[in-house]
Amino acid sequence: MKGLHILTEESRNKIAHAGKLGYSFRRHLHERLIEAFLFLSAILSIAIMLAIIVMLIKESFVFFQHVSIWEFITDTQWTPLFDDAHYGIMPLVSGTIVSSFIALLVALPMGTIIAIYLSEFAPFTVREMAKPFLELLGGVPTVVYGYFALLFVTPILQTIFPELPGFNLLSAGLVMGIMIIPYVSSMTEDAMRAVPMNLREGSYAMGATRFQTAIRVIMPAAFSGIAAAYILGISRAVGETMVVAIAAGMQPNLTWNPMEPAATITAYIVQVSLGDLPHGSIGYQTIFAAGLTLLLITLTFNIIGHVLRKRYREIY
Amino acid sequence: MQIDSEKTLEPVQYKSEVKNLSFYYGGFNALKKINMVLHDKKITALIGPSGCGKSTFLRCFNRMHDLYPGNRYEGEIILHPDDVNILASNVDPIEVRMRISMVFQKPNPFPKSIYENVAYGLRVRGIRQRAILDEKVEFALRNSALWDEVKDRLHDLAFNLSGGQQQRLCIARALATDPEILLFDEPTSALDPIATASIEELITDLKNKVTILIVTHNMQQAARVSDYTAYMYLGELIEFDVTDTIFIKPKNKQTEDYITGRFG
Repeated sequence: MKGLHILTEESRNKIAHAGKLGYSFRRHLHERLIEAFLFLSAILSIAIMLAIIVMLIKESFVFFQHVSIWEFITDTQWTPLFDDAHYGIMPLVSGTIVSSFIALLVALPMGTIIAIYLSEFAPFTVREMAKPFLELLGGVPTVVYGYFALLFVTPILQTIFPELPGFNLLSAGLVMGIMIIPYVSSMTEDAMRAVPMNLREGSYAMGATRFQTAIRVIMPAAFSGIAAAYILGISRAVGETMVVAIAAGMQPNLTWNPMEPAATITAYIVQVSLGDLPHGSIGYQTIFAAGLTLLLITLTFNIIGHVLRKRYREIY
Repeated sequence: MQIDSEKTLEPVQYKSEVKNLSFYYGGFNALKKINMVLHDKKITALIGPSGCGKSTFLRCFNRMHDLYPGNRYEGEIILHPDDVNILASNVDPIEVRMRISMVFQKPNPFPKSIYENVAYGLRVRGIRQRAILDEKVEFALRNSALWDEVKDRLHDLAFNLSGGQQQRLCIARALATDPEILLFDEPTSALDPIATASIEELITDLKNKVTILIVTHNMQQAARVSDYTAYMYLGELIEFDVTDTIFIKPKNKQTEDYITGRFG
């Protein structure tokens, strides 16, 4: 077999006869099958995504034949289950925005600070101990966080603000923020640690401190990864259901005041899905319109994140 | 060997004296009792085969080893005219790095504009006045022979420069803070021959302004740019002398073998 490049006619025939250089149908079939399997796996996730969107749009279309889009956006009450039905999404949107905003006020700064500490300051052993604990925090079921907010955080807040109602956006938002911290800190830390050592050394060699290096060199270099972490945090806050359903009450309430009870889009969807509304009724259709609104909000953030990542690509 | 020459030269002419310097990466003894001097406003080259400890030695001068746990220095590096041992535990490595700058093997500009890259060392020292920053940035870019090429695009991202320009930018960054010693860790090993020539020319031009210590793999480079050369092997300083002597009439057989290419 050695010296294939100087094959004689005779030896070439011999090899072809042995099937060595012949077209191996079996090998190609095998390869095709693997390729087809990989392709199907990839297409499946896209197909499911499309199916969700189609379902939401189709069902919402039925809803919007009864309620005009204008009414949906401008009406200030959301009472689809009452006799005097109003279909204004704004009370749910305001609840979602207020609770998410409070959560992000907690999660983004805390997550970033933890990431800076773990990536740039913590000794090796501390980092190796702290990361699993943080990730454990992300593994606690959200329903537990919900009760934590309702039965632990709210009473504490009530000692500071005596007039705070038992269900409120503040407590739900704070606990949701704590819940999101591990996601933000873990991704931010990964992005910062991915910055090559020679950039860090360059900064230290200029006489910079650890903090100056982290803020002025490492964070700008890791910007796109950090932006992705923030966007993920925002999407989680907007989409979070159990904590707000349990701790914020389920009363749609057009307010920007975190001290009031309110419902978010997700909390409302849960409420209706669990209820016994007849299939196909207008009340039932509302959850698809609400779901579509939620999808549009998270989609907007994902697009913003994508644009940011494109614009500030990691260049080391 | 500097002990012999001390009789003829005033210690004041030394920018730095290395006395019995040993260095350990954890349990590994990477430098073994090195004694050497850096002559003021001269270029000293460190040569030797890979793994001989040249870069380790260079990085002792700005205490880079302090960044990683488990590293340990023994002995002294005296910085003149203060006569301070910069390896002493009561000396702040950040203060050392403010006076001794470094240029790395691979150009490592920060993800900032050309201007902000050069101004970085000043900014971390708390300098905010625009006039001072402007002046120092221009000074440093002129001294690194980059000013004419970048003066119209100071606020472009530094990554848009070519490799050779990026390395000159890193030299400008190191120069902007008026360092007393400039450390070069194989500054041309990632560059093409034309960029290498321009960096070498730049290093030669800087000689009268600042004391330079350069690690190089390239013996011709050491011969071209340096005034003094030290040959290292397996963590030991084998021979240290005037560059011409090292390359023409080395005293040590090992040095001669390395220089003539019989080994290494």
